[in-house]
Amino acid sequence: MTAPVLVLVDHTVDGALRAPVAELLTLARDLSGGAGVHAAWPVDGVEPSAEVVAELGALGATHVHRVVADADLHLSAVLAEALASLLDATGSGLLLVVSSFENKEAVARLAVSTGAGVVTDADGLALVDGRYVARKTVFAGTWTTACAITTPLAVVALKSNSVQPSTVEGAPAPQIGEHAVAVSDKARRVTLVERVERPASGRPDLGSASIVVVGGRGTEGDFSVVEDLADVLGGAVGATRVATDEGWIGHDAQIGQTGVTIAPRLYVGLGVSGAVHHRGGMQASGTIIAVNSDPDAPIFEIADFGVVGDLFTVVPQAAAEIRRLKG
Amino acid sequence: MRIVVCVKHVPDIQSERALGPDGRVVRDGGDGTLNELDENALEAALALVEASEGSVTVLTVGPDDAADAVRRGLQMGAEDAVHVLDDAIAGSDAIGTARVLAAAIRHLDAQQHVDLVVTGMAGLDGLTSLLPTALAELLDLPALPLAAELTVDGATVRVRRNLDHASEVLEATLPALVSVTDQANEPRYPNFKGIMAARKKPVTTLTLADLGVDASRVGLSGARTEVLEAAARPPRDDRVLVQDTGDAGVRLAAYLVDNQLV
Ligand SMILES: Cc1cc2nc3c(=O)[nH]c(=O)nc-3n(C[C@H](O)[C@H](O)[C@H](O)COP(=O)(O)OP(=O)(O)OC[C@H]3O[C@@H](n4cnc5c(N)ncnc54)[C@H](O)[C@@H]3O)c2cc1C
Ligand SMILES: Nc1ncnc2c1ncn2[C@@H]1O[C@H](COP(=O)(O)O)[C@@H](O)[C@H]1O
Repeated sequence: MTAPVLVLVDHTVDGALRAPVAELLTLARDLSGGAGVHAAWPVDGVEPSAEVVAELGALGATHVHRVVADADLHLSAVLAEALASLLDATGSGLLLVVSSFENKEAVARLAVSTGAGVVTDADGLALVDGRYVARKTVFAGTWTTACAITTPLAVVALKSNSVQPSTVEGAPAPQIGEHAVAVSDKARRVTLVERVERPASGRPDLGSASIVVVGGRGTEGDFSVVEDLADVLGGAVGATRVATDEGWIGHDAQIGQTGVTIAPRLYVGLGVSGAVHHRGGMQASGTIIAVNSDPDAPIFEIADFGVVGDLFTVVPQAAAEIRRLKG
Repeated sequence: MRIVVCVKHVPDIQSERALGPDGRVVRDGGDGTLNELDENALEAALALVEASEGSVTVLTVGPDDAADAVRRGLQMGAEDAVHVLDDAIAGSDAIGTARVLAAAIRHLDAQQHVDLVVTGMAGLDGLTSLLPTALAELLDLPALPLAAELTVDGATVRVRRNLDHASEVLEATLPALVSVTDQANEPRYPNFKGIMAARKKPVTTLTLADLGVDASRVGLSGARTEVLEAAARPPRDDRVLVQDTGDAGVRLAAYLVDNQLV
């Protein structure tokens, strides 16, 4: 059983692909078995450029649909209706989206309106005996599970850093078309009064970065050591809720159960105790490194490499050494 | 204004949480508790009725133990509670649970109009966050999820929310559904008076039959996913802990190089 796969393309206001989209398309290519990979580009004021269409093609998209609606596609009810009609039009058996809060709102609606089986926060997906089987970690990354979707239509929200993205040599240019959606009145009952995009930081995007350096209360508000190590490693900067509540850094940097969930290749925690709420958002990381002055800090229970010491002396030394080694 | 707050009973996140052989959350460990994030939902609802007038009903779907979750809501100041308890609900996925909650809210609405449904942002057990929007879709209500700030002015409800890449302000007309984040408020602690008063507050227990819900659409039979495997992750081995004696930064750098992380 192979069916076309629909992929929701998250993009920035500048029209660039968000990093995890490459993972979704790589996966879609494998799972579609040649039946077609349909990329859905919500035209929320931003059109896909020729370069980005070529990029989507190289990643395996056979079709790019410019989704145009007569209402704001940032509203989950509007996006859900657009995706439902596109699933229908393309005959897709699977929808892949990046696991973000916004996308999860739309897929929850799709589950109700289309009867689809949904798995969110998946970190792997395969076709086994004609069924989609998703993998995900639960309980703050302490358990791994596999679950099969038993409905004809499957919807999977995939976490970043789950798939190694790749491109196809000599892929044909995708067909590009417009998919216009007439949105129902009931999807218009919420008004988007304001939407303010956060300016890009110049560092990798926190949710999808492969290296994340996190500062906690131990920084006492001085994030310069955290930022410096992040920059020497080419990573993103994150924080605990204590640090964001104190206003040392924006709320969007919060890692944890009520913030961003990350699973980078490398997590470095500086002055972070490793409270269970925080662990819930980072415990699935590849390698975990921690610097903390308290030998009993719970983060050491999950750290591959822990340093008991003062972050203000250990971290600058480490950053200087890495710079020296890199030459 | 009449508000219904949906609260979930979950395994305590400080405890050893586990999945059973059937792949379902073990919920009878005795260390279950009210989902912490639902305290923010309760606080938001109580603050709204205190600022104008009205009442708060707390609603849960879950096994016997889930009664503890609604009791906590009553202690915080909710007026009454509804507990939907039925063996056929066991094994429900988020959509199955949403169906039961939707039926219970319709049942309450038929008795006295419900203006606002408030939920937490996520259950700390599954962290799916699917329920609030699914519930709104089933109830055919406008949804304003992930409120970091919430105001109701006459019949207009307004929410500010912070997303990964943007912040938004959403507005709709009541009746509506709102989910509340832990940024929205600081939940109150029940005081002695509240704890005593809660003992006299009514808790209505309802079954699927009372709500006219078709049992085959909820529980394991209604679930759209089937857990094939569940295993505790092995602990990380080869863990290294070093005490800084002056060169820990250099050793940290060496570890990164040795493990090809730089
Ligand atoms: C409902 C709810 C949801 C929550 N959600 C989240 C969430 O999503 N994310 C989150 O992070 N938190 C969350 N929290 C908060 C969480 O419980 C912890 O309070 C928080 O994670 C602790 O942050 P911290 O590690 O920075 O601070 P602390 O726990 O105070 O730890 C600071 C650490 O720094 C160390 N230290 C101090 N000085 C130095 C130094 N000079 N050098 C090295 N180490 C030093 C100390 O030894 C200590 O271990 C939530 C809480 C609740 C109730
Ligand atoms: N069984 C339940 N009974 C009542 N409310 C629930 C139940 N499950 C989920 N909720 C509500 O939905 C929110 C999100 O839960 P979830 O989708 O499971 O992450 C919770 O914070 C609760 O407010």
